[in-house]
Amino acid sequence: MTRLPSGGRIDRGRTVECEVDGVPLRGHPGDTLASALLAAGRLEVAPSVYLGRPRGVLTADPGEPNALVQVLDDPEPMVPATEVELRDGLAALSLSGVGRADPGGAARCEKRYRHADVVVIGAGPAGIAAALAAGRSGARVYLVERHRELGGALLDGDERIDGVPGAKWVARAACELAARPETRVLTRATVTGHYDHGYLLVAEHSAPEQRPPWQRLWHLRARRVVLATGARERPVAFPGNDRPGVLLAGAVRRYLRRFAVLPGERAVVGTTGDSAYATALDLVAAGASVPLLVDARPEPPAALLARARDAGVPVRTGAAVIGTSGERWVSAARVSALDDRGRPVGPVDVPECDLVAVGGGWNPAVELSRDPLVWDAEIAAFAPDGDAAVGAARGSFGLRDCLAQGFAAGAAAAAATGFPVVAPPIPPVDADPAPARVRPLWMIQGDEESSFVDLQRDVTVADVRRAVDAGLRSPEHVKRYTTLGTGSDQGATSNVLGLGVLATLLGIEPGDLGTTASRPPVRPMRFELLAGRDRGALHDPVRTTPMHDWHVRAGAVFEDVGQWKRARHYLRPGEDMAAAVLRECTAARTGVAMMDATTLGKIDVIGPDAGEFLNRVYTNGFAKLTVGKARYGMMCTADGMVFDDGVTMRLAPEHYLMSTTTGNAAAVLDRLEEWLQTEWPQLSVHCTSVTEQWATIAVAGPDSRTVLARVAPELDVSAAGFGFMEFRDAVLRNGIPARISRISFSGELAFEINVASWYGQAAWDAVFADGADLGITPYGTEAMHVLRAEKGFVIVGQDTDGTVTPLDLGMDWVVSKRKSFIGDRSFARPDTARSDRKQLVGLLPVDRDALLPEGAQLVEPDATRTPPVPMLGHVTSSYRSAALGRTFALALVRDGRRRVGEVLHAPIGGADLAAEVTDPVFYDPEGARRDGHQPR
Amino acid sequence: MLLIPCPWCGNRDEVEFRYGGQAQVPYPVDPTSLDDAAWADYLFVRDNHCGSYAERWVHADGCRRWFDVVRDTATNEFAP
Repeated sequence: MTRLPSGGRIDRGRTVECEVDGVPLRGHPGDTLASALLAAGRLEVAPSVYLGRPRGVLTADPGEPNALVQVLDDPEPMVPATEVELRDGLAALSLSGVGRADPGGAARCEKRYRHADVVVIGAGPAGIAAALAAGRSGARVYLVERHRELGGALLDGDERIDGVPGAKWVARAACELAARPETRVLTRATVTGHYDHGYLLVAEHSAPEQRPPWQRLWHLRARRVVLATGARERPVAFPGNDRPGVLLAGAVRRYLRRFAVLPGERAVVGTTGDSAYATALDLVAAGASVPLLVDARPEPPAALLARARDAGVPVRTGAAVIGTSGERWVSAARVSALDDRGRPVGPVDVPECDLVAVGGGWNPAVELSRDPLVWDAEIAAFAPDGDAAVGAARGSFGLRDCLAQGFAAGAAAAAATGFPVVAPPIPPVDADPAPARVRPLWMIQGDEESSFVDLQRDVTVADVRRAVDAGLRSPEHVKRYTTLGTGSDQGATSNVLGLGVLATLLGIEPGDLGTTASRPPVRPMRFELLAGRDRGALHDPVRTTPMHDWHVRAGAVFEDVGQWKRARHYLRPGEDMAAAVLRECTAARTGVAMMDATTLGKIDVIGPDAGEFLNRVYTNGFAKLTVGKARYGMMCTADGMVFDDGVTMRLAPEHYLMSTTTGNAAAVLDRLEEWLQTEWPQLSVHCTSVTEQWATIAVAGPDSRTVLARVAPELDVSAAGFGFMEFRDAVLRNGIPARISRISFSGELAFEINVASWYGQAAWDAVFADGADLGITPYGTEAMHVLRAEKGFVIVGQDTDGTVTPLDLGMDWVVSKRKSFIGDRSFARPDTARSDRKQLVGLLPVDRDALLPEGAQLVEPDATRTPPVPMLGHVTSSYRSAALGRTFALALVRDGRRRVGEVLHAPIGGADLAAEVTDPVFYDPEGARRDGHQPR
Repeated sequence: MLLIPCPWCGNRDEVEFRYGGQAQVPYPVDPTSLDDAAWADYLFVRDNHCGSYAERWVHADGCRRWFDVVRDTATNEFAP
């Protein structure tokens, strides 16, 4: 055990029992899985993903590339052990860079949407200072911290602020922030994305003891963002730098201070700057020996050298750790002097050790910055060029600077949102001075195949060199060529190091390369969290008609049309879908059937110019439509392609009721509004969606007139008294006011009864009762589709796809030559006017029982079957027909109308289905059945 | 997630809007007077430059108002 006898921010009063890879592991509340593993002397984690090399914990933060685990009762795949807080019963498996996707459990994820004046990201000293300053103004402030407690680096050191230890200053600040009604502090919360216009996504999770755990996704819209995200230490690419026992120097200090864990007894410390001296001194204070501290700088600050000497730590300057040795773990470091170009020169020292603490410099955590990044030679890293970042995130590592910048930025952000406030005075600070300039050191000459740049992706210096040798220069290209920085750690420890290595190989400065773009989410996120509770039945709103429960009771199988649930067919005992559809179709063709057509979009078009407006919108004329009549209309987009169709009635001289396809209702209304507002504002027309105000019942079949006569006894439903495409206001026998029209989508005599939605069920019940002795049959959308296809009527969106004109469908009759409408000019475009475009045709499979799959491609029988195969078109609709006693289909076929009589083939799974091209109207081409037989 | 200035409702989230493409591309007064190239130009060709771009949005899930704004396509900032 290497747990120190005292210290740390852990609760020694309680022991937590868990297991990793089946081996029991003990720790304390406050431990992470990584700190507990190190405390137990378990240095080694799972081997590396591609090369299978032994690996150990490298960091103490979420950028950990090696120690990745799967927590068994948590669906989150592959989390860094440095992020997993210990709890009783925790069981985890080590992973080699590949997680296990788990569908997740019950919805334990929720969302919150909030507006904030100021959001401060990161609660180290700079972030706390910014939140204090902004909070004192009265502005609404969010302080977001990914750890369980505030303080950042102040929890890892001996700094004093305002006369008290850093941790105590943090605790005081936390109390002040908690007491402010408009300030909110989120802990265990990670900002995963910083998007346009101050939009932030924050993933918050529950404390480890919370069972079941929850996660919350905050959508924060911030007027000002202060980035206090700190900095990350980077490794150095030397041979064997991935050996277990090589840790980042800052991580070693964090394990000592925050977790009271000593990761090794005998440590060699290698650094390029000031910060690792504190690690060496802390190691000595904790009882470890430090046989050597190696500083790459020829002349480090004298004060540091003096402190090291006082602690008995030998320092070698102008030198570096150039390698490690050991069976699996580190047993010795290799140290050598560097020449002025950073190359090892002279003899090699081999000090024995079980820990190598490496500090290659600190990179500001810039992945959430929206400011341009500039190379800062002082810290040898990229820093944001703007005033949104403060403290280490800006490349300022001195505590006094962090506080000063935080106070100033917090006050400025609040003032910018209308809450003027004076930045607080900077309290007295007792801390190390701001660190001296680092020596950029990226890679050590030696075995490049074992000098690792990205440990999670197993990318070495040799890989980067191969990319350079292949002619790549851009960091973005090298990233894709080598996968450097593409792991779940998003290159936390490897991105800047990779740039340094690439620059070294190219013989230029990293600043000349620029960086790779960081894209949100900057931390892995599960879709479950993005979805929150919007899953399963709550994924999308469900729209049902007033008669929905009746359909359910009648055995309906539903399909989704947009957000609507529509009865597709009604199953009777022992039936399958095919049998049910044939039965429903037969009833509509030979007796009477009824369908719920409520879902069709309905739009009121009202105003003095309503007729003129519809004339421009529809390809056919509506201005001269007689009041009391209805007309089928088709709409095109400006390029002449079919957009929507439906029947529109003229209720009054200035009032039309338009119907649209079910799935397109919103899009049609949007389009009407667009043209009214942006092109024809002079037209006096108003459009209102009334889809949900009306329930619609279609009654189809030769016996439908008999049923209507019973349902609406005062209505003349005779062929002479009630013409096709007319409508009447009537009162049903049960007193319900109704608008009844004679329109037909099946080719049979048919009526549509429209009533206010709240009467929908009562009207349905009346029709069903009055048709009972005639065997009235409820039919669903599938039967409706078959019936209309037998008549060659198209379904927009099924037989059309945005590349089809009305003329391609053979519907020249619907295209007016006497008025202008949206898209008319396009019919004269050379491509639209071609005679060999894909046209709507019918198909009759040669095998009368063969059903062509919808979407099947059609080819000439003798066409080559070696790609590319010349395609002629595809099947758009395909059914079994009760009326025809066989299968049939509709298709779009190149030059189709000229091909009537030809046989085409549909290659399906190695075999060919042959089908004859026909006219698309299969049933009652004369239209004799539309008026039904006379009332008996 | 842009914050889009609706002239009627004020700033609202992008999810409430639909994009309407380049602004000030009117439907030709007399399409029949255009030759095929000019008509194709209206149908299919729009500016696509980096920088200030006049474009249309509609507040589809709000007041349903169509309006024009000028957006910098590089920074997504809207001109006041």
